[in-house]
Amino acid sequence: MQHVWIVLGVLFVFLNIAAGLIWVERRLLALWQDRLGPNRAGPLGLFIVLADTLKLFFKEDWIPPFADKWVFILAPTVVVASVLMGLAIIPFAPGIVVADLNVGLMFFLAMSSLGVYSIVLGGWASNNKYSLLGALRGASQMIAYEVFMGLSLMGVVMLSRSFNLTEIVAAQEKIWYVFLQPVGFIIFFIAGLAETHRLPFDIPEAESELIAGFHAEYSGMKFGMFFIGEYLGISLISAMTVTLFFGGWLGPAFLPPVVWFFLKTFLFIGLFILLRASLPRPRYDQLMAYGWKLLLPLVLANLLITGAVALWLKS
Amino acid sequence: MQALTNRAKPVDRRPMTFMEKIYLPAIAKGMGITLKHIFQKKETVRYPEQKRPFSPVFRGLHVLNRDAEGRENCTACGLCAVACPAEAITMEAAERKPGEENLYREEKYAARYEINMLRCIFCGFCEEACPKDAIYLTETFAPAHYKREGFIYGKKDLLVPMPGEKK
Repeated sequence: MQHVWIVLGVLFVFLNIAAGLIWVERRLLALWQDRLGPNRAGPLGLFIVLADTLKLFFKEDWIPPFADKWVFILAPTVVVASVLMGLAIIPFAPGIVVADLNVGLMFFLAMSSLGVYSIVLGGWASNNKYSLLGALRGASQMIAYEVFMGLSLMGVVMLSRSFNLTEIVAAQEKIWYVFLQPVGFIIFFIAGLAETHRLPFDIPEAESELIAGFHAEYSGMKFGMFFIGEYLGISLISAMTVTLFFGGWLGPAFLPPVVWFFLKTFLFIGLFILLRASLPRPRYDQLMAYGWKLLLPLVLANLLITGAVALWLKS
Repeated sequence: MQALTNRAKPVDRRPMTFMEKIYLPAIAKGMGITLKHIFQKKETVRYPEQKRPFSPVFRGLHVLNRDAEGRENCTACGLCAVACPAEAITMEAAERKPGEENLYREEKYAARYEINMLRCIFCGFCEEACPKDAIYLTETFAPAHYKREGFIYGKKDLLVPMPGEKK
């Protein structure tokens, strides 16, 4: 029975975080652009979330006659489903985890790469050249950044000798892995940005060139699903960063572990938004060059050195 | 070619160094600048509660003036309509009847006086053209309407209320 409560709790908390991020992002962006942001509806403008969601529900849900109907309908669900699946393996506090898999990290990588199907299928089914271009970009970006997302995490796996996230967090009791794996952390975070298609890596939707790219044809709650998927993705990557590099629920004892976990997670969500507020979108070839020519050699060197040091310490 | 000024600077086209290619130091710097903006003054004017002060020469909605005894100044001479570059003003003149001396200042008055606020460009030429001090531009602007008809302001919208009378 407790298990059911954990599942429902995780769903409830993260769907609410995803919705609340509508407000958080707009307010933070506004702050950083010397504006106030939505501050009318309700206390501090918090009801903008409600208004936005209601609006999305009541908008006309239009399926273009030239679209591939079933794929078009299915595509937005894939991103939400895969990200929610990814959330299943995150330990929020000792014992509070939906699925304590011993290959948890692998499961996370698998689920986060599944998310790209939503973009590819959505762009393909829309039957629109801009959507297709966005989908193509999404796919190639995902292939590039998926490689070293996985590789950047292998350093952590080497140090903790486990794929199980609970054990990885427990192994950070003495020192957080961000201090032992700074390169791994930075590369994981960059790859996470690319994974969630957040600015500056939002080239699949690139408003200024592709007029919203893969979801140009989407409206109503189907568009909303892409939106929620993006925000859930931010929360997932932030939560994973915290789990893998910042000691998860670990922290001084004056706050309960769950609170520590969410504090750290919100810090990273803020960082996502700060990046959006500060950076321009790179050109497509710059993105690819940055990934393959710079990050891949870096992550391989990081892996080599980590492995060598780990072996040396062991012998 | 001879440069016109000495202010032109050649673009630095040296290839980027490794540190520049990583972009991370530059990104960190950029994020620092963005973060600093939290503490800067916000530009937002919370409109209905907070209004931006207008300059003293601001030209807004028109009013038709009355004189000290509350009589309408306008004599329907049509000079404002002639001066209007947007052709926003229409009027119909009428003759003052005996017993109406307390309503209109001179023998002729505007029975109908309309300004189309959608046409008006708020140039203030009508105010300059008026020989009778009858039309003035105020410091408010036209509120929104659902229909075009709402933007055609008649005499009851334009006339300043009688002293002691509420609009």
